[in-house]
Amino acid sequence: MSDTHENSVAFVRTETIPEREPPFTASGPVKWMRENLFATPANSILTVLALLFIYLILAKTLPWMLNGIWSTDSLAACREILDGSTGACFSVLTERWNQLLFGFKYPAEFYWRPTLALVLLAVAGAPVLFFDLPRKLLAFTAVYPFLAFWLIWGGTILVPILAFVGVVAGAMVYKRLVTGSFAAGFFGGIGAAIVVWWVGGFLIPEGASDNAMLGAVPSRDLGGFMLNMMLGVTCVSLSVPIGIALALGRQSSMPLIKVICVVFIEFIRGVPLITLLFVASVMLSYFFPPESTVDLFLRVVIMITMFSAAYIAEVIRGGLAALPKGQFEGADSLGLDYAQATRLIILPQALKISIPGIVNVAVGLFKDTTLVSVISMFDLVGMIRGPILASTEWNGVYWELLGFAALLFFVVCYGISQYSQWLERRLATDHR
Amino acid sequence: MKKSVIFGALTVAGLAAGAAAAGTLDDVKARGTMNCGVTTGLAGFAAPDANGVWEGFDVSVCRAVAAAVLGDATAVEFVPTTGKTRFTALASGEIDMLARNTTWTFSRDVDLKFTFVGVNYYDGQGFMVPSELGVSSAKELDGATVCIQTGTTTELNLADFFRANNISYEPVPIETNAEAQQQYLAGACDVYTTDASGLAATRATFEDPTAHVLLPEIISKEPLGPLVRHGDNEWGDVVRWTLNALITAEELGVTSANLAEMSGGSANPEINRLLGTEGSLGEMLGLDAEWAKRAIAAGGNYGEVFEKNIGENTPIALSRGLNAQWTDGGLLYSPPFR
Amino acid sequence: MTTMTDPPRASFRLSMLLNDTRYRSYTFQAIALLVLIVAFAYLGNNLLTNLSAAGLNIAYDFLDAPAGYDINQRLIEYDSQSSNARAAIVGILNTLLVAFLACVTATVLGVIAGVLRLSKNWLVSKLMAVYVEIFRNIPVLIWIVIIFTIMIAVLPGPREFRGDGATASMVLGSFAFTNRGIYIPAPVWGPGSMMVVITFIASLIGVFAYRRYAKNLLYSTGRLLPMGWPSLAIFFVPSIVMFFIMGQPIGLDIPELKGFNFKGGIKIGGPLIALWIALSVYTGAFIAENVRAGIQAVSKGQTEAAGALGLRPGRIMNLVVLPQALRVIIPPLISQYLNITKNSSLAIAVGYADVTATLGGITLNQTGRAIECVVLLMLFYLTISLSISFIMNIYNNSVKLKER
Repeated sequence: MSDTHENSVAFVRTETIPEREPPFTASGPVKWMRENLFATPANSILTVLALLFIYLILAKTLPWMLNGIWSTDSLAACREILDGSTGACFSVLTERWNQLLFGFKYPAEFYWRPTLALVLLAVAGAPVLFFDLPRKLLAFTAVYPFLAFWLIWGGTILVPILAFVGVVAGAMVYKRLVTGSFAAGFFGGIGAAIVVWWVGGFLIPEGASDNAMLGAVPSRDLGGFMLNMMLGVTCVSLSVPIGIALALGRQSSMPLIKVICVVFIEFIRGVPLITLLFVASVMLSYFFPPESTVDLFLRVVIMITMFSAAYIAEVIRGGLAALPKGQFEGADSLGLDYAQATRLIILPQALKISIPGIVNVAVGLFKDTTLVSVISMFDLVGMIRGPILASTEWNGVYWELLGFAALLFFVVCYGISQYSQWLERRLATDHR
Repeated sequence: MKKSVIFGALTVAGLAAGAAAAGTLDDVKARGTMNCGVTTGLAGFAAPDANGVWEGFDVSVCRAVAAAVLGDATAVEFVPTTGKTRFTALASGEIDMLARNTTWTFSRDVDLKFTFVGVNYYDGQGFMVPSELGVSSAKELDGATVCIQTGTTTELNLADFFRANNISYEPVPIETNAEAQQQYLAGACDVYTTDASGLAATRATFEDPTAHVLLPEIISKEPLGPLVRHGDNEWGDVVRWTLNALITAEELGVTSANLAEMSGGSANPEINRLLGTEGSLGEMLGLDAEWAKRAIAAGGNYGEVFEKNIGENTPIALSRGLNAQWTDGGLLYSPPFR
Repeated sequence: MTTMTDPPRASFRLSMLLNDTRYRSYTFQAIALLVLIVAFAYLGNNLLTNLSAAGLNIAYDFLDAPAGYDINQRLIEYDSQSSNARAAIVGILNTLLVAFLACVTATVLGVIAGVLRLSKNWLVSKLMAVYVEIFRNIPVLIWIVIIFTIMIAVLPGPREFRGDGATASMVLGSFAFTNRGIYIPAPVWGPGSMMVVITFIASLIGVFAYRRYAKNLLYSTGRLLPMGWPSLAIFFVPSIVMFFIMGQPIGLDIPELKGFNFKGGIKIGGPLIALWIALSVYTGAFIAENVRAGIQAVSKGQTEAAGALGLRPGRIMNLVVLPQALRVIIPPLISQYLNITKNSSLAIAVGYADVTATLGGITLNQTGRAIECVVLLMLFYLTISLSISFIMNIYNNSVKLKER
């Protein structure tokens, strides 16, 4: 065969040809652009339109932002410096920075307290959010609510300590009794906590808050972004246990319990949050005992907590429904009673499935805390629409303020939703 | 009142001992502070300054009452209320008195069961238009778009006025003064209407106040005054006579400057009765003898309060007008201290 | 099992109420009922005590009293002498109007954004991702205020249209974009316009009939009739011909600047537009995510199989992917519609006269009947929500995947 080759073919290559560069249009950025931007005529048109859109937006905003002024003390001064040219007046942010973050009444010398509470929140929240961290950190998480309460409101330290002692006592009684029956443990725990609080209430002297280590701050002095954060964090953490209870109640075989839960959930989900806030601001005071009034912050917390609890209950119900029936049956066949099965088998799995949904509810709720501005609470949006825009110096600075508020919310909410996605990916691997 | 710790914990979060139907005065004394409902912010009448301290004409009334009752003009918790929440806040006992430019009307007094203790500002609803429109009377406003700041009787007066004159308009109700200004200045409405005092205050903050005119028509009577819950006459009397004390003080020439001198005794027996050097008016009111003296010391007499917050030397630049003493041709007429 | 073979009736002990699973649920329910009754009695008692202390009562008479205020945006007859109840109805209709408009546009926007986000075009998909993230992560209240501010600040006021030195002019001579709203020409129905309308409706039916015929022909004989041009022709030609036969009976009432405002034509108010746009773009971002999730939920095998059958990409999307994705998309879509309805209550921030602004706003302010107004308001929203979810449950059951 070899000689036929020699005779019929003049030249046989014995080594491979060196690789050549791919054609100019099939490599590098050009290829990428061809594939990703100009694949078809329709695609090209879309690309051009998108570029045009981006250009228009940037052409409007960039000069405005880059030309911004950061150091005047009124809009008039800004206009003077700009002298007709385009430019933002960011000085409103620098001048009213503290008001935007803390509201206009929180004492300036105490600003470090909410700030510290925020930093500690990160520490306390970390073990809840990231499972890899040492479990011992959870101890701090348990203390955190009382600490944060003391930091933000100040006053006598006895109140948060007593509240904490009550919770600890409740937890201990629960631990002791739960081996017998869950119901006994649960109600015993609550009972113990209430007894401790009630008895302890008489131990705290009347004027204890007057010259405490941290000066007391009434809750109507809270405001700004701090208020949004506080409402968001408080209401979400309070509503998770309530939501779980509601979800379990809705699945319950006891018709009465089921009806109560269904009515509650559907009622809350059927009305807008703003009407619930109206209830908090104009109706709820009529439902408290005549000799006392509960302040607006607490009333709003109650309503928002009810609101988010209903939504979280629906998310958890989804999680419960997604569990295979075998899990329930398996738990039954092991001889576990309802409380044990729920606590040890059902809930851990259902909650795991529901976590991304709960985080979504949390983000939505955090955004909805801006609605309190409608009922004359000075949260971030309330500060902007109320005192700041109404003041003589800053009457007319809309874009800078609204943009700032939007940015602040975006950073927080985007962060949380990225976390949720990360969590979803992580939990998903566990199932494979 | 001793509370268990559930309530104890809430106290710090703000569960305050509120007012029972009887005895607001005792409650306020026991609490050591007075809760006073004000607006969420109207320059000159009630607005927090850069340090968060409330200032303004309505605020001064609250401070005077606190000074009279508690001896401390700063012992006031100011509760910002909106047009929607103010009546509930008062009726439910969240606030002890409401000093939020609220118009005294029949239905509020009778149907909503409140007691208006007097009038601290005689106002009326007016119109502001850009001068370039060349409008000189509200009757020329046929077809105009009108921005209204909601929350007081404004919408109703406006509807009545246009209906009575048989001309049409388009109302644009706006919640806050700042947003109403924004719309008005951008030309989204031709006219801005609210109480004349509010219009003056708003115009003062404009870049070019001279480009806007207030029309001569005042289309309503707006007697603005502090109010308290119905049925607690003792407390109502305290607020009523504190306001009257401020008005009488101006009439009698008692100012914060000469207060110390006057309270040493003067030739005029009414001054003596007012300042507590003669008679026992304070005792009848359930207070001590020097209550009125403290109320006047808190911010001066009515005239001084007016000049300091909304008078002609302030950006608001309101003249006394109807709010002058009766002796100067105004409507302020305090019953005698006798 | 033992419980079944051993009837315990004879040996009933009180402790069994807590320990026996058969009786325990009754115990719990009895306790729950008791707690509920006590709680309601407590709250109700507080309410009555507080109200009587304040000398107030709960009464709905105020609904019949004249409202006394005017409303700029109304779908039914209303003036300041109408009753508060009528003002509330005007508000309800306005709520439904803006909710309906926003649902439609949000769906369109969401579907476009959701599909484009899966586009192979890198720039476009990134742009859509940015849109979705920005709108999803910023509160809707801020968006409403921002969009309203943009409208007020960017669009010209009517007075800028006036005189020789006008800085703004009408688009096409008949559309006026002002910061008070958009004025568009209104049709004027002259004599004989009825015929044109009837012709138009008839041609609409004609288009459907033609398409149906073409489809049947395609399925039965395989012949493909042209669809596009004939449809268009049937749609337009008869109406236009009839329009000229009847002597151009339908005219246009073009808005004109008269006095303070534009007169004539149809006005779409500024607050309505701002609220409409804000709710649409905000909810559109959520719908886009639902649509994306729905499309991705359709397994890739479906797309590939459709491709193997020789379908073009557009048809794969329309005939294979979207119908399957819809099952996943519809339920969350409905809850987005409910959200739009509920979020429309934020109209209060821009001065749009929805039910929260009339019944829960001005009427509440003027009558001081806080409890009554809020209760009615909640009842309204509850009715809307429950009826929508009821209808949707029926729909969901009808399209449920019938598994074999």
